[in-house]
Amino acid sequence: MNQEQGMRTITYREAVKEAIREAMQRDERVFLMGEDVAHYGGCYAVSKGLLAEFGEERIRDTPLCESGFVGAGIGAALGGMRPIVEVMTVNFSLLALDQIVNSAATLLHMSGGNFNVPLVIRMATGAGKQLAAQHAHSLEGWYTHIPGIRVLAPATVEDARGMLWTALQDPDPVLIFENNTLYNMEGALSTESGAVDIDRAKVLRTGKDITIITYSANLFKCLEAAERLAGEGIEAEVIDLRSLRPLDDAVYLQSIKKTHRALIVDEGWRSGSLAAEISARIMEQGFYDLDAPVERLCSAEVPIPYARHMEEAAIPQAEAVYAAVKKVVQHG
Amino acid sequence: MADFCMPSLGADMESGTLVEWLVEPGTLIRNGDVIATVETQKGLFEIEAFEDGILGEPLVQEGEEVPVGTVLAVIDAGKGAEAQTTKPVAAQAEATEERPPSEVFQERILASPAARRRAVELGVDLNAILGTGPDNVIQINDVEQAAKQRGVTKDKDETSVQPSSVDADAGMRKAIAAAMSVSNREIPHYYLESDMDMTTPLEWLEAENARKSIRERILPAALLLKAVALALRDVPQLNGYWVNDQLQMQSGIHIGFALALRSGGLLTPALHDVDTKPLAELMQTVGDVIERARNGRLRGSEMTDATVTVTNLGDRGVKTVLGVIYPPQVALIGFGRIAERPVVDQGKVVVRRCLTATLAGDHRATDGHTGALFLDALNRHLQKPEAL
Amino acid sequence: MTQIRLEKTHALEQLRQMLLIRRFEEKSAELYSATKIRGFLHLYIGEEAVAVGVMANLEPEDAVVATYREHGQALARGMSANSIMAEMYGKQEGCCRGRGGSMHLFDAEKRFYGGNAIVAGGLPLAVGLGLADKMQNRNRVTCCFFGDGAVAEGDFHESMNLASLWKLPVLFLCENNLYAMGTAICYHQAQADIAAKGSAYGMASASVDGMDVVAVETAAAEAVAYIRAGKGPYLLECRTYRFRAHSMFDSELYRTKEEVKEWKERDPIVQHTSRMREAGLLDDQDIASLEQQVAEEVEAAVAFAEAGTDEPIEELTRFVCSERRVA
Repeated sequence: MNQEQGMRTITYREAVKEAIREAMQRDERVFLMGEDVAHYGGCYAVSKGLLAEFGEERIRDTPLCESGFVGAGIGAALGGMRPIVEVMTVNFSLLALDQIVNSAATLLHMSGGNFNVPLVIRMATGAGKQLAAQHAHSLEGWYTHIPGIRVLAPATVEDARGMLWTALQDPDPVLIFENNTLYNMEGALSTESGAVDIDRAKVLRTGKDITIITYSANLFKCLEAAERLAGEGIEAEVIDLRSLRPLDDAVYLQSIKKTHRALIVDEGWRSGSLAAEISARIMEQGFYDLDAPVERLCSAEVPIPYARHMEEAAIPQAEAVYAAVKKVVQHG
Repeated sequence: MADFCMPSLGADMESGTLVEWLVEPGTLIRNGDVIATVETQKGLFEIEAFEDGILGEPLVQEGEEVPVGTVLAVIDAGKGAEAQTTKPVAAQAEATEERPPSEVFQERILASPAARRRAVELGVDLNAILGTGPDNVIQINDVEQAAKQRGVTKDKDETSVQPSSVDADAGMRKAIAAAMSVSNREIPHYYLESDMDMTTPLEWLEAENARKSIRERILPAALLLKAVALALRDVPQLNGYWVNDQLQMQSGIHIGFALALRSGGLLTPALHDVDTKPLAELMQTVGDVIERARNGRLRGSEMTDATVTVTNLGDRGVKTVLGVIYPPQVALIGFGRIAERPVVDQGKVVVRRCLTATLAGDHRATDGHTGALFLDALNRHLQKPEAL
Repeated sequence: MTQIRLEKTHALEQLRQMLLIRRFEEKSAELYSATKIRGFLHLYIGEEAVAVGVMANLEPEDAVVATYREHGQALARGMSANSIMAEMYGKQEGCCRGRGGSMHLFDAEKRFYGGNAIVAGGLPLAVGLGLADKMQNRNRVTCCFFGDGAVAEGDFHESMNLASLWKLPVLFLCENNLYAMGTAICYHQAQADIAAKGSAYGMASASVDGMDVVAVETAAAEAVAYIRAGKGPYLLECRTYRFRAHSMFDSELYRTKEEVKEWKERDPIVQHTSRMREAGLLDDQDIASLEQQVAEEVEAAVAFAEAGTDEPIEELTRFVCSERRVA
């Protein structure tokens, strides 16, 4: 059985599916519930094939009632299950915002420790597929405002594969945001890959001239820009936040001690954004390390439009990352 | 109509705080009247109007800090006749004088947080650095570059330079630091030194003073200033500014004389047209300016008009002063202590009262030869005190 | 048909519970006026028969999801008056260590899931609790209380649909006191017959006189039996009335004194007492003894709360996240 140890190529979609499958196999309390997850195979085909493997009790189609089935997920978690609730997109999750914020996030504290909610909610986020203003927003930053929940943003296939199991072990609600442009992305995964931590930010490229802080799909745009900058002698350090709440401050602050410059790339809107929060933390905890103002690259403050050229212009792109770095590093 | 604006009292002044209106709106004012006081990093200044006319309603209120050039009020030159005469608002003026110096506005140096910390670590004075960042912000590189040039890139542990406690005069210190740093960096100084026999002028002065009341007595300092002014008339190349890579000689001889403040720091108020002032008047002016400088009530023109600087450290026992030129001026004259020294006169050693005069010259503007001519002229004028 | 079950010990217990709720709530009002209790305070006076009647049918392993008017539900479920009163005092001896207050009473041991102050917010949770039971093949019932106001919320309809679709063991228990806060049901429901709404979801349903503890207990017994038989959820509407204002700061502009008076004539405690007297199951001495017993319990709860201690402020952020991760 001992296969040659090494790497294999896998899509992000397949990595998420493997993670779900493994969780279902390892723990019979785990089940997947959401709109079109069973017979349709998942809106993004993540759960395609799982119905046949696990049956309709555990791969459970729900009616179109986000508040109802997210609330039911909370109740099932209270009742001893380990639900994975899939919400089709973050835009739709607003219909369940009450349950997420007023119940899932509050129950433990409000009940003085009587009841914790071991629930995982997965949802797609982000623009890039011309889905326009009701399917393409990046609202994960909103959720990072809420005490009592954990917010994850797996960018790599390794994290797509490994974060779910760790999230299911967490006694409290965990939201996992999967950028919809990543599902088709292929990545190399160790044949021995498994659960990964969900606490730490990670340095994916080292450099000494500037720290680029990002997460999810923007990670790859930043890495692309960093490659191009390296050709011009500018060495950017690229950090994948991985966990958006809680934030792993130590990693980016340590990096800024070295680079003295920071660029935050966040697909959320700039006003009241996660990028704003990180910028504030840098100011609070790393002010004397800064040699230039913290720069932010965020989405244009418009509802995401349909037409490709406008959509592309609305969200951060590698070219803009490149330009922003040049501005910070060279006082452009 | 003319605008009465926040004046620039120095190249390093970007803004000022209007402390007090000394004249009420509607008052007829004359060119030269002091009509307001303004606080800057160098202290409190009385600022004068340069028009005749009726002062309009204030556009800037007391306590407001505004950039240089901001219109403070409008002066209506048309309606001069029917208005009342200048009337200082005495009560308010008194109140202003009680203002503690700790409120002095401090100009902000643009430097990144990291550069500031690095500057402390390396003992580098940010005032001495020209930033290369956007808007000339000083960044880490600039600090490290400066440290390297000074050869002080030692570890913090070895040469730990702690920032001194910020005191009330930090702003002034910074301003001095900025000016002197520029001077030291940009001006190629040359120095000339000449001993002068002061016996004759002092004997003359003592005789003059014997005829005067104590209040009217003239100090040797006034004698020196007047002699400097007359010598500059002879050698005008040293009386002027180095601007845009060329010497601009100035017609008026306005001597800035360095004045140490009791609270620390330094002012160089200008004495206008020293070459034309009789000694008695010059002495009076010096007394007046010193008193006002110490009370923080110098006029704007006194802060900006100096064409040359004189530093006299004789009172402190200094023998020779090698000064740093105050840019954009091109010369600084230094005087040491007047003391009895043995002098060889016609083959005999005699005791004379002497002083060492020095000239620091800007080598871009003049050469040593010019400087030598000046010192020679200075000595000649001193030896004919009755003509001063 | 309704069978009247009037066995003396049980009937006395029902009366004791209703009296306890009544006196506890009266004391709460008094303590609120004395500023010992703060926040919002919603009293259960007039509706005692509903909680007492329904809870009699639940087993310890069953679950209860309650509303923000839940002191009566909590007491009837067997939570101690001490822990509830201490909670309203904001003390760490309270059932939620002072973090919940009047509207958020929780008790893991009693499987009492709050204390939910989002109207209809508890219904989806009850669906999930029922789903967990069903998936784990546990024969348990989740009883979810909600008011007539909740019926207008989307969560009511989503939950009714989900529970019926998945045949979940949930008792939807509507306390119809005729007002959504201050809006009469004729102003907020096109179909004021709440039990009738069950049919839209293919759900068994019934209505019962919520002022009669015996009738409620009997109707709830039928509903619970139906659920335990695995037939799916059940909607039971209890028609009741609150005698006091919606909350303490409510001048009751929306209803007449006559209406309140009429309903008070149907006071569940008075009705139950008369019926027991007529059946020869109760005399003055029994009543005096019950009152004495209840008064002592309430006084003890106040004393317990008064003697309570404040949660140290260092503990403020405790319970935002669980202290340890468990598999």
